[in-house]
Amino acid sequence: MYPRKFDYVAPSSLDEAFEALGDDSKVMAGGMSLIPLMKLRLFSPALVVDIARIPGLDTLDDKGDHITIGALVRHAETAASDLIRSNAAALSTAAALTGDVQVRNRGTTCGTMAHADAVADQPAGALACGAVMIAQSASGTREIPASEFFVDSLTSALNPDEILTSIRIPKSGDGEGSAYDKLGRRGGRSDYAVAGAAAWVKRSNGSITEARVAVTGIGTKPTLAEGVAEALIGTDGSASAVEAAAERALEGVTVLEDLYGSEEYKSHLAKVYAKRAINQALASI
Amino acid sequence: MEVSMTVNGRAVSADVEPRTLLVHFLRENLRLTGTHVGCETGYCGACTVHVDGKAVKSCTMLAVQAEGADVKTIESLASNGNLHPVQEGFWERHGLQCGFCTPGMIMASVALLDENNNPSEDEIRHGIEGNLCRCTGYHNIVRAVEYAGAKMRGEEPPPPDWEGGE
Repeated sequence: MYPRKFDYVAPSSLDEAFEALGDDSKVMAGGMSLIPLMKLRLFSPALVVDIARIPGLDTLDDKGDHITIGALVRHAETAASDLIRSNAAALSTAAALTGDVQVRNRGTTCGTMAHADAVADQPAGALACGAVMIAQSASGTREIPASEFFVDSLTSALNPDEILTSIRIPKSGDGEGSAYDKLGRRGGRSDYAVAGAAAWVKRSNGSITEARVAVTGIGTKPTLAEGVAEALIGTDGSASAVEAAAERALEGVTVLEDLYGSEEYKSHLAKVYAKRAINQALASI
Repeated sequence: MEVSMTVNGRAVSADVEPRTLLVHFLRENLRLTGTHVGCETGYCGACTVHVDGKAVKSCTMLAVQAEGADVKTIESLASNGNLHPVQEGFWERHGLQCGFCTPGMIMASVALLDENNNPSEDEIRHGIEGNLCRCTGYHNIVRAVEYAGAKMRGEEPPPPDWEGGE
């Protein structure tokens, strides 16, 4: 099963890549999302711009108050990073639960963001951890908050001439913790999320002062469940408070039935996983 | 376009279309047909090879992406007629039925044991999560990997299930 014919370039600098990008081109890092789409002929760009040869994009850096994950950092590297685990556990776990070993060895964290699959794991982690997407083009750099980045199924806020060159994740402070959990299509946590949730919470003097909860797998895009966060803030994070907050996981989400679950089942799972993610995040503080 | 890489220790190069998948390059250009084409969508893992020491699915990688890489296929494992411990494990513990998934299973298992030669059953099952066996022979595949791990640690492998071992 071959993709349709396409032209291929592997530029050695971002400037060369920007020059190559056009209306009918696509950026490729690991290719774990793009190549299957092209093989299934759901998508047939005229030009693939392979950014894997561009130096400097493969690092995961501690920048003091934040961490940057470069465009070529693979899922396996995000998952194995102590820096990510200790500062953004939700993203770390989501990376570890992405695909399988072979997929994690090739696919990239930035790539899964740009692909914006409605059932992907790491976008939920990025939303909960308050990530900022750094989009570069020939005309400059845009900083896009994760909350504005996921637009629709397989649609991000990136313009065709932009490359997601890195993701910025704020470092974790005192009293903060995050977690991600999901039900996978093959049961347990394997494969794409039937439903999943990431939670980030900040607790001070016994009460929750800030929170972000994101759900994935159930609708057209990974979404911040703002109602859940609103309901959590000001509570003590007790089991009953968390349960009540998680009930609001579907606010603002259009739940879509698919082969892996009915609307009713997915709606139920979203609340269950929101609850689990919040409880795990609280337990990690 | 021109692509060059090292496959099983041999420098190779060819003129390929950009859409040529690594698995087809290996099978059709190099006639290394040990690597199998299974599902074609990245699910089954039958096409697993090692690229720069990491297990990858060669049906979901373009040959041109492997430019300059060090690629190893199932054909690289045995040396001078001696099976690799993982191949021996699949033989000794009957880790295959039809054999279609076997090259990919073995390459994934070799990568797993290269990182950790004493994995738990849970770690083995997660380590080969990206490989499907439609004969559902997973039980003996896990035993085969345990056998290989023991051999690689220089220990006596546990006896086979059919001789009363656990």
